Amino acid sequence: MEGQLAHIGAGIAGLGTGIAALGVGNVAANFLSGALRNPSAAASQTATLFIGIAFAEALGIFSFLVALLLMFAV
Amino acid sequence: MATTTEGAETGGLEFHPMDQFIVSPLFGESGSVAWYTITNATFWMALAVLATFALLVLGSARRSVVPGRMQSVAELAYGFIHKMVEDICGKEGLKFFPYIMTLFMFIVMANFLGLIPTAFTPTSHFSVTVVLALAVFITVTVVGFVKNGAAFLSLFWVSSAPLALRPVLAIIELISYFVRPVSHSIRLAGNVMAGHAVIKVFAGFAAIAVISPVSVVAITAMYGLEVLVAFIQAYVFTILTCVYLKDALHPAH
Amino acid sequence: MATVTTSDGLAEAASTPGMPQLNFDHWGNQIFWLILALIATYLILSRVALPRIGAVLAERQGTITNDIAAAEDLKVKAKEAEAAYDKALIDARAEAQQIVAQAKANMQADLDAEMAKADAEIAAQVAESEKAIAEIRAGAMENVQAVAKDTAEALVAALGGTADATTVDAAVDARMKG
Repeated sequence: MEGQLAHIGAGIAGLGTGIAALGVGNVAANFLSGALRNPSAAASQTATLFIGIAFAEALGIFSFLVALLLMFAV
Repeated sequence: MATTTEGAETGGLEFHPMDQFIVSPLFGESGSVAWYTITNATFWMALAVLATFALLVLGSARRSVVPGRMQSVAELAYGFIHKMVEDICGKEGLKFFPYIMTLFMFIVMANFLGLIPTAFTPTSHFSVTVVLALAVFITVTVVGFVKNGAAFLSLFWVSSAPLALRPVLAIIELISYFVRPVSHSIRLAGNVMAGHAVIKVFAGFAAIAVISPVSVVAITAMYGLEVLVAFIQAYVFTILTCVYLKDALHPAH
Repeated sequence: MATVTTSDGLAEAASTPGMPQLNFDHWGNQIFWLILALIATYLILSRVALPRIGAVLAERQGTITNDIAAAEDLKVKAKEAEAAYDKALIDARAEAQQIVAQAKANMQADLDAEMAKADAEIAAQVAESEKAIAEIRAGAMENVQAVAKDTAEALVAALGGTADATTVDAAVDARMKG
């Protein structure tokens, strides 16, 4: 029973990865709209784009990790 | 065995998404792994080092002014990281260039070699990425204090904020500073592990004949994504190292 | 064992966790080999690879810069050569014109001299001819005088007179002069 609850918890934690995907999409969408307005500045900001994506992605990975821990380690 | 999830309820499907990450001795009986044992992790790390050697040393052995294919790739990698370090850290960051290049080459080679089917991926292990991230963290902290002395603490004191907010911000900045190695390491290992595990889960579905074509297509698509992720995560790890190093070199906000 | 129940999994997890990443027995091994690998990579990169690639890139940059400088030099030289050629051309043209002018002047002088000589010769010949004509005329006059005297003496004799030779001569001379 407890293990099954852990699996349910893992499923809920897995939602976090999807929400992180929203965040990553938000970063990319805003970058794109900014880049289309000022294409000359876009190339210099790709590093910033990747840093932003990485930070957003990291939190999704945290929730994925929590899910994995609930599945396998608890 | 313990990594096997219950297959009975899902109609006999067996998923072993985590088996690919098991560390086992390369020679001799499985089981006991001492600190000096040559394991599959050792093997793939050694391959990563050899690949780096082959690309950067053998590739540039001819020192030709008009580069060949290997030398172009080696020069591309050199220029890529050199420009990144120079752009973000400035001129005085260039003495850390070999260090950052080491991190980048090791991670990118380990990631790409890990994409070979049946390969072991060292960077999917927290033990590896935590060491990498802690190395960066310790380097940044030591460099920050050696170069700036106590002035390095001004990194936590946001002088552009209103005075009343500054203690609160200092606490937040302090926490975020110590969370850096955690997120730095988990981002890399988590991304690599997630991709590999997802491929294995799709592979598990291939046991059902009806679904297997979809499964194969999905594995192919995921594999393409993983090639991208393998490079982007190495890039992100490196660029964050540069950003942290910039904080150590110029702590003022 | 493949389909362990989760409670068994829990018991199992205590000894060997489900995620191989969390099996701390293996951490020492991986960290040891990782540090070796990183040190090896660092030594390879900092001792051999990076200085060499940096040198190659710097050398290429130098070659490009030198080539551009050399090309610039050659361009300047070509410009200079063109200017020198133009100057030589202009000089040569001027000299040719000068030579032409001089030749023309020389020819004119020769021509003038020849013309003067020819004029002089012609004048001399004219003078000689005139002299000859004058002699011939003088000769003719004398003949006419002699014929006139003879005729006058014969006429006088025919008319019956005796003519003094000197008187007839004087009379004929007087008539001839008149």
